[in-house]
Amino acid sequence: MTSIDWSQHPPFIYPDYKSSVLRGPTQSMLDIGALYAKASAIRMGELSGSLTDRFVPGEADHDLIRNAQQGGAPLGERIVVSGRVLNQQGKPVPGVLIEIWQANSCGRYAHKVDQHDAPLDPNFRGVGRCLSDRDGSYRFYTIKPAAYPWKNHPNAWRPQHIHFSLIGQSIDSRLVTQMYFPGDPLLGFDPIFNATPGSAQERLIATLDLGITEADFALGYHFDIVIAGCRATGQEEKTAESRTATNAES
Amino acid sequence: MQNHKKYPPTPSQTVGPFFTIGLSSTDAAGGLASPVTNEIAGEGEEIRIRGRVLDGNGDPVPDAMIEIWQADSKGSFTNCEFMGFARSETGAGPDHCFQFKTIKPAAASNLEAPYISVIVYMRGLLTQAYTRLYFSDEAEANSKDIVLSQLSEARRNTLLAKSQQAADGLSYEFDIRMQGDRETVFFSV
Ligand SMILES: [Fe+2]
Repeated sequence: MTSIDWSQHPPFIYPDYKSSVLRGPTQSMLDIGALYAKASAIRMGELSGSLTDRFVPGEADHDLIRNAQQGGAPLGERIVVSGRVLNQQGKPVPGVLIEIWQANSCGRYAHKVDQHDAPLDPNFRGVGRCLSDRDGSYRFYTIKPAAYPWKNHPNAWRPQHIHFSLIGQSIDSRLVTQMYFPGDPLLGFDPIFNATPGSAQERLIATLDLGITEADFALGYHFDIVIAGCRATGQEEKTAESRTATNAES
Repeated sequence: MQNHKKYPPTPSQTVGPFFTIGLSSTDAAGGLASPVTNEIAGEGEEIRIRGRVLDGNGDPVPDAMIEIWQADSKGSFTNCEFMGFARSETGAGPDHCFQFKTIKPAAASNLEAPYISVIVYMRGLLTQAYTRLYFSDEAEANSKDIVLSQLSEARRNTLLAKSQQAADGLSYEFDIRMQGDRETVFFSV
């Protein structure tokens, strides 16, 4: 049994990120697995069931360049973002619902609360969705988001990023994160990125990948995502392993 | 089991202030609403759950997202006919409450009371927090529950949703306190 791996995830309270100060829990987490240890036959709900393949996005939801067009193409630099969803054993995880959202090429979200004085793009919503396929792969087409200012401290700017949410397997593998772009000079000034333990930070940054790039159309970025939750035991683990092994071979 | 984990997980980052465009089933225009809604359908007793997320000053958080995961009315987490997962955001209504319509789960084993797993996200929270909702009207089952029975009374009370019989049926009130002397018990799972 493991708990949250604080060597990989940012802490609940990181004072440079102002809004964490009143919102992060202050007491230590209770290890629920330890509470269940004296009844080892019981599988706790957080590790039970499967959300794999249970939610079905729309056919064209993965293409943010087209999924909100109103008679024109969105402005900005077209990009492809692709990679694989893996578990902590490095096995691909199929059927994971990946939901993304982002600012447009001017740094503005199509959200009523976003007050940044940059133009909205009527042909871009900044919302996409897909399921990882049989070998754990996903592929989004989108517009490169711009940096945008926020109120955390004077002259604070978020680096370019795309928000990701992943639902797959049991809820202990739930992940909400952000993907950043290589070489962004704002990364070093961003308290949200900096809150991440140093050795883990680079795994939030996509790499430019000419293999994903589509000639004469869009640059490609590679972003693999590792989700937790390879704690299955006994039969379930064997079934899961043979399933992913079959997938890897096919 | 540690040695099976060759790959460290991708780090978590906050859901931020604008997540509803991507994760809400009601806030997204243009046919891009999330397939994850705030309702769970199935056989059993229909209930409603509502509550607030309170910060260290006791102020309601208007930009939090709550997800729930539960067993069905027979206590099964693996019933393929039943989708026990839902999400709701606190910004949808004027009172900053999250709201769910679901069915009451049954206990999954004789050492457990019925419960709903809860995951909390919000702007300002860098890594998601897990807790559980237990039902105040299950005193007998709660007293034997493997988790609740190992907590002090004060800590246990933070996990109890208060039942109330409303005009539209049975509902439960469950506030989540991020800090303070009644800070909700959060779990590492
Ligand atoms: Fe953002």
